[in-house]
Amino acid sequence: MIQETFDVIVIGGGPAGASAAMEAAGAGLSVALLDEGVDAGGQVYRAPVSGTGASSGQPDGEIGDALRQNLASSTVTCLFGHRVWLVEQGFKLHALGSEGPVSLQADRLVVAAGAQERHRPIPGWTLPGVIGLAGATNLLKSQKILPGQRTVVAGSGPLLLLVAQSILKGGGELAAVIDANGRTDWLRRLPAMMARPRLMARGTKWLADLVRAGVPLYSRHALTRIEGSDEVTGVTLAPIDDEWRPDHTAQVSLSCDAVCYGFGLMPATAITRLLGARHAYDAATGGWSAVTAPDGATDIPGLYVTGDGAGISGADAAISLGRITGRAVAVSLGRSTPATGALMKEAGRAARFGQSMTGLAMPRDGIMEAATPDTIVCRCEGLTRRVLDEAIDAGSRTLNGLKSATRCGMGPCGGRVCEDSAAALIAHRTGLTRQDIGQATARPPLRPMPLGQLAGEFNYSDLPMPEPAPQ
Amino acid sequence: MTPLDPSQRYDLAVIGGGIMGCAAALTAAQGGLKTVVIEKSELGSGASGVNAGTLSLQIKRVKLMPYAIKGHEIWEHAGDKVGFRRTGGLTLAFTEAEAERLTTYMAMKKEAGAPIEMKSPAEVADMEPGLNKGVVLASYCGEDGYANSSMTGVYYRKRLSDAGITAFENLAVEGIDRDGGFVLKTARGVIRAKRILISCGGWVKEVAAMVGVDLPVRVRINTVSVTERCAPVVSHVIGHATGLLTLKQKANGTVLIGGGWQGRGTPAEGRGEVVADSLLTNIRLAQFAVPALGSCRITRIWTGFEANVPDFYPLAGALDGVPDAFILACVRGGYTIGPYMGHLMGQLILGGQPEMPLFDPNRFAVPDATAASAS
Repeated sequence: MIQETFDVIVIGGGPAGASAAMEAAGAGLSVALLDEGVDAGGQVYRAPVSGTGASSGQPDGEIGDALRQNLASSTVTCLFGHRVWLVEQGFKLHALGSEGPVSLQADRLVVAAGAQERHRPIPGWTLPGVIGLAGATNLLKSQKILPGQRTVVAGSGPLLLLVAQSILKGGGELAAVIDANGRTDWLRRLPAMMARPRLMARGTKWLADLVRAGVPLYSRHALTRIEGSDEVTGVTLAPIDDEWRPDHTAQVSLSCDAVCYGFGLMPATAITRLLGARHAYDAATGGWSAVTAPDGATDIPGLYVTGDGAGISGADAAISLGRITGRAVAVSLGRSTPATGALMKEAGRAARFGQSMTGLAMPRDGIMEAATPDTIVCRCEGLTRRVLDEAIDAGSRTLNGLKSATRCGMGPCGGRVCEDSAAALIAHRTGLTRQDIGQATARPPLRPMPLGQLAGEFNYSDLPMPEPAPQ
Repeated sequence: MTPLDPSQRYDLAVIGGGIMGCAAALTAAQGGLKTVVIEKSELGSGASGVNAGTLSLQIKRVKLMPYAIKGHEIWEHAGDKVGFRRTGGLTLAFTEAEAERLTTYMAMKKEAGAPIEMKSPAEVADMEPGLNKGVVLASYCGEDGYANSSMTGVYYRKRLSDAGITAFENLAVEGIDRDGGFVLKTARGVIRAKRILISCGGWVKEVAAMVGVDLPVRVRINTVSVTERCAPVVSHVIGHATGLLTLKQKANGTVLIGGGWQGRGTPAEGRGEVVADSLLTNIRLAQFAVPALGSCRITRIWTGFEANVPDFYPLAGALDGVPDAFILACVRGGYTIGPYMGHLMGQLILGGQPEMPLFDPNRFAVPDATAASAS
C-alpha cells in the first residue's frame, strides 16, 4: 500500500485542479493530484480514448492538450485511475487504484471535484436511450459516438446548443431542440454574456447552424413524456409557463430513438460535506456549494475548493480560479508567489459569463408537474413520485428525513441523480425553501467500493481487536 | 420561524425524540399527561435511527436480559412498520480462546433467560453454508433478528400523532429555567412544563447540565456500513465471539455490517467521522466471516453517537435535587431495550411503580461539598 505525505493533495484533474496543482508545485511544494480518469482534463477537456483521434476537433480541444502536456512536465505526482473513497480531517485521503489501496496525507487539501449533472424526472426518463446533456458531451468527445439515429435534445442551458451542434457535426439527425427558456430569458443574460464575446459568438454560430440545418427549435417548451417500453420511440412536449409548469392541453409528439436531457450543472459537494465545511445555496451558481473566499479557502483550516465545485463558473474561469487557489495554498505554507490581481480580474470576467449560463440552466420547480405519480424519481431504489409525496405529506420535509423515510438517495448513486429532484419536489409541494429542506448528510464511500478490495490481503490473527465490552 | 403558543402548559416535556423519549411520551400520554416531545433534529435521527438494527439477545448484558426480552416483544408487535424480522442469530468463534469466551458468556446469558444453544462446526455449516469453514464453535438463539432502524422516526411520528402528542422537530432546547415548573428556552420561544424527561442520547450530558446536574457521560462513535443489494449470502444475524462484528442481510438484499468500531467526532459538532483504520478492521472481520461478501460493493458508511456511563448500565430515574426532572439515557443495547425502558419510565413519571426496576441515575453523584459543610 502506498502511504505518503505531501504538502498539498489536489482531488480532481480538470482545468481547475490541474492548474492549482501546477501552480503549487511551481512554488516549490510537493503536490499529489488524484483523478478517476485516465488523464487530466476533467469532463470539459476530456482526453479522447486512444484510437479515436486527437481532441483538436473539439471546441477548445487544444486547451486540454496543453493542460495535459504542462502537467506531465511538472513535478506534480499524478495518480490517475484512482477513486477516492474517504477523506478524513487533517487531511488523510484514501483511494483505490489499479495497484491497490493508497493512503495519502497533507495539511492542505484542494477539492476540485467539478460539477455533476442536474436531472428532472418525467415519465420514461429512465428508458435506455435517454442520457444527460453532460453525459452526451462525454460520449461525443471521448468516444465520438452519436447518442442515436434521430435524437431529441431537451432541457435548459448552454449544453443544449453544444450537444445539438456536436450531433450535427458528427453527422447525426436532430428531431428537435427543446429549450425551457424563451428568447427573453436568453436576452436578459446578454449583458453578462458580453463579458465573453468569443464564447457568445460561438454560441450564436451554433444556433445559426441549427437553424440552417432546419432543426425544429421549441423555446419555452419542456418534455412531458418520453415514449417507449424497452427503448425510446418518441417524446411528448408541451409549452411551459413562467414557473415552467407544462400546459398538458397543448402537447406535441415527435418520434426519435434517443433523448439527451438535462438541466445544467451543480457543484459536486460530497467531499466538502463529508468534511463538514459550511455550505450555502445560491441558484446563480448552480445550487449548494461550499462557502469559499475568492481564493478558494473554506471555513475549515487548510481546506480549499476551486473551480466549479465552489459554484458553477464554467470551464473558462476554471483555469484562473485553479491558479489563484494554487498560489493561495503556496502562500499559506510560506512560499512567495506572483500577485494574483490580474488573475482575479480574468477569473471574474469569465465567471460572470459562466454564472449567467448557470442561472439560465437552473430549472424552476413548476417542471416537477411533468412528473406523474407513477414517475420514478429515485431510480436506484425504484421510488415513484407517489411514494415521495406521501412521505412529504406525512412530515418528511428535509432531504435527510425523506431519505430515512423512503430510502431516496440510498442506492449506489449516493443521491447524485435524485437528491436535487427530491428537494425540488419538497419545495414544490410545501413551499419550503432549499435552506429549510437542507442537504443530505454525505456518507462515505464517495463511490461504491467492492468490500473485498477494501479489505485487501490480511491475516485474521493480525487483526487489532480491542477488549470486548463488559457482559 | 413560527413562534410557539406561550399560553400552552404541558404536564410533561420530553427532551429528545428518540425511541426512549417517544416511548415514554406514549405511556405518559396514555396515563393522561399532556405531553410534548422536543427534538433538535428529526424524530429518530440520532442513535435510534442510525444504529445497525440488530435485535440480538446474545449481545445483551446479563443484567439487562429481562428488559431485552420485553424489547424484542415490542418490536415484534410493531412488525412491518419497523421492518422486524426474526431470523435467528449465530455468534461465531474462530479460535479456541474465542470458543472458551463464547461458552462462558453464553452460559451466563442462557441462565438469564435467553434461549441460547451451542452449535458444532458441522451444524453451523449446515445452517449457514456461506460462512467461513474455520468456525470452531457457535452459539445460536432463535429469538434473534433485526429491525430497520431508519424507520424509527416515521414509526414514532405516526404513533405520537395518533396519540395526540405534540412533537416539535428541528427545535433545540437552548436553556432551562424554573418557575415552579420548567421553562424550556428555544429559538421559537419558551415551552412550559410541570415535568421534564431528559432523553436525548449523545446530548444528554449538555442538557442535564442545564438543570445543574453533572453526569459522567461519555460518548462512543459507532461505525456502520451497508452494501448495495446483493444475491443471498447469509440468512441469520451473524455475530462474533468478541462482539466486534454484527452482520445481517436485509430482505432487500443489502448487507449491514457493524460491531461498535470507533469513528471520531463529538455530539456537540453534530457529526461523526469515519476512521479508515477502524473501519477496515470491521470490514476485514466481515470478509473473514462471510467470504462471499468480497464481491459486494459498500455504498454507505456512517457513524452514530452512543452515550454511556462508566459502569455501562442505564441512567433511568428521577434526578436528585431537581424535583420533577427525570432522565433516561445510556442504555447499552438501547435499540432493543429502548421501547421497554421508555414504557417503564412513563410508568414512573405517572407516579406509579414501574413493573421492572429502573436504574438510579444518581449513583455517580460525588458528595456535594456545600451540603457536607452545612451538616
